[in-house]
Amino acid sequence: MELTRRDVLAALAASGAAAGAGIALSGEPGEGPVGEHEVDTLVAVGNVVYPGEVEGIEEFVRQYSIERVRGRPEYAEGVADAVAALDEYTRSWEDAEFAALETELADRTLSGFDVDVADPDPDGSDRERVRYYLVNELLYALFSTPTGGELAGIENPQGHPGGTTSYQRGPPE
Amino acid sequence: MNREPSPRADVCIVGAGPAGGLMADRLAAAGHDVVVLEAGPRFDADRDDRERRMERAIRPGHGPDSVWDMGGDRDAYESTGDRYYPLNAARVKGVGGSTLHWQGMVMRLHERDFRLESATGVGADWPLDYDDLQSYYAGAEDELGVAGASDNPFAPPRDEPHPQPAFEPSYSDSLFAEACEALGVTTHSVPNARLSEGREDRSACVGYGTCQPVCPSGAKYDATVHVERAADAGVRVVDRAPVQRLEHDDSGEHVTAAVYATPSGEHHRQTAREFVLAAGGVENPRLLLLSESEQYPDGLANSSGLVGRYFTEHLFAGVGGTLEEPTRQNHVGFNTTESHQFYDQPADGSRGAIKLEFLNYAGPSPVEMALGGDDWGDEMLDRIRANYGTHIAVGALVEQRPREENRIRLHPERTDDHGNPVPEVVWSLSDYERRGIERANEIQRDILDELGADVEWTVGPENTGPAYHHMGTTRMGDDPAESVVDARLRTHDLSNLTIASSSVFPTGGAMNPTLTIAALALKAADHVDERL
Repeated sequence: MELTRRDVLAALAASGAAAGAGIALSGEPGEGPVGEHEVDTLVAVGNVVYPGEVEGIEEFVRQYSIERVRGRPEYAEGVADAVAALDEYTRSWEDAEFAALETELADRTLSGFDVDVADPDPDGSDRERVRYYLVNELLYALFSTPTGGELAGIENPQGHPGGTTSYQRGPPE
Repeated sequence: MNREPSPRADVCIVGAGPAGGLMADRLAAAGHDVVVLEAGPRFDADRDDRERRMERAIRPGHGPDSVWDMGGDRDAYESTGDRYYPLNAARVKGVGGSTLHWQGMVMRLHERDFRLESATGVGADWPLDYDDLQSYYAGAEDELGVAGASDNPFAPPRDEPHPQPAFEPSYSDSLFAEACEALGVTTHSVPNARLSEGREDRSACVGYGTCQPVCPSGAKYDATVHVERAADAGVRVVDRAPVQRLEHDDSGEHVTAAVYATPSGEHHRQTAREFVLAAGGVENPRLLLLSESEQYPDGLANSSGLVGRYFTEHLFAGVGGTLEEPTRQNHVGFNTTESHQFYDQPADGSRGAIKLEFLNYAGPSPVEMALGGDDWGDEMLDRIRANYGTHIAVGALVEQRPREENRIRLHPERTDDHGNPVPEVVWSLSDYERRGIERANEIQRDILDELGADVEWTVGPENTGPAYHHMGTTRMGDDPAESVVDARLRTHDLSNLTIASSSVFPTGGAMNPTLTIAALALKAADHVDERL
């Protein structure tokens, strides 16, 4: 299932970061702590945590992540700080930054860091902040979009203003 | 902003929730100078801010109180009764009040609710009848923009349609309808305080699915609608101005000033000809108790000794499970079908009212499952697909019998950020509620059995909780020895002090209280206007 520009806008809307459908998606990081490396790391996390059926991950994560932190310096700091924590862990075990890992190794690394069982907490430990700012950040973005909703079997997922008709409809034949 | 008191005010209203907002709006329209003092902030009203609050509501990692910035020393409380009461989950302080996080269900009380003691020997009669409130109910529905239909055979009489068409039934409603028909249970639409069609500058519902606790679109009514309209008409709304106490004159018959604090630590006195308490069922009695004086050592308007007494709630009862077919849940965050067939209380007084709700949001939503699991990728998606889509549930509100020992009082030791005793909630259940919950569970289980559901959970008498409807703590009545305010919502003791709130309800029925709060506020506004 292909993630589109519409999904990027929907995900941004669900996080209060969209200024309407006319928003320009530059794809270029602005000033601030979330630069190319942080975006590359989020793309690498997305490749791990998004289901295999999802296509267009790189473009979606890139455009979403850049707009998401624009004008939100505190949140951007949280993302950058979580990336640094993940890199520190990855360097100590794999002698590389997370964004440089193959997806299979990246998956094992995230699990090895116990991010899968960590409670998301924006003010918590390293793994809790990685869970909050990187993993859950991207899962929230995906599952509040129409494409993410369809993956799960719901056309109007929670957080997406998808109207008041789908709840009346029966299941697809 | 300037938080100095207004030099001349006709009316000072404490609290910017639905009662305060509606009264400010009405009294300003009648040409009066009005000041509203609100303890909490004026939140940003733009959609981006609401969407960020919605994100906090959906994503784990944020406490539920944080969605509307509740908590801390300002909102400290104690719960000491048999049942723990999570007070800060049950209210919002700020312009808009608790309507910022409410569900938005708006039903009229039934005629019997106003005469419960006469009809069943339980509780108390109200000092007014449904007939006295009927036109105010219609006015309240119009103000809130209620979407509803006249298809409820159990509803009290009405003379006009709802101002907005009802939301259409959900797919799962159609499953319930079949089972209910087989059981002889009549279902009908739900009056919702959310717009089914756009109105003035408010959007129709667009289906964010997070009504409680945040509606980013503004389709769900909240009291900012009336507070801001009042402000546009010249009402001064002073936020972050918690009232510390009310002062009275030497005769003890008139309130002279509301003393309030500001964020910079100053205290001001707002004088006015009329005062209105509209701060809800916990802060209204607390403020009266904090306003003790030499003449009123037990607190203001408390010659009956009943200020804070009879704290009454609605109890939740529910049964849920899964079907072997899709139920299409969590597309929207509101309900579209109920049954009031079991509402009216039996004449033998054995149990209270029951209002059945057929949920459109049973079971977890996919995004919640994704964020709360310990897996990701394909494994996560398999888990979501296996667990989403077949849940089904019937909820209910159940009436609580008002009892004097359930109360809000001042805690003897703990104080808030201004050094005032915090509210202490003393709350417990009686057999009356237990019987009501058990009966609700029986009906709910019958319906799910008829549907062929695999029942997985029950919220019964042992694990029930409050619906966050604070009632009864400044009860209304004709006898000053048995009540705090009269049928005109004015305190028996002080002639220029009105209370507009569910705190005046002598009994609570099992209907969500806000429509009745709004109707009483419109009535109170008429009475205050007459006196000015």
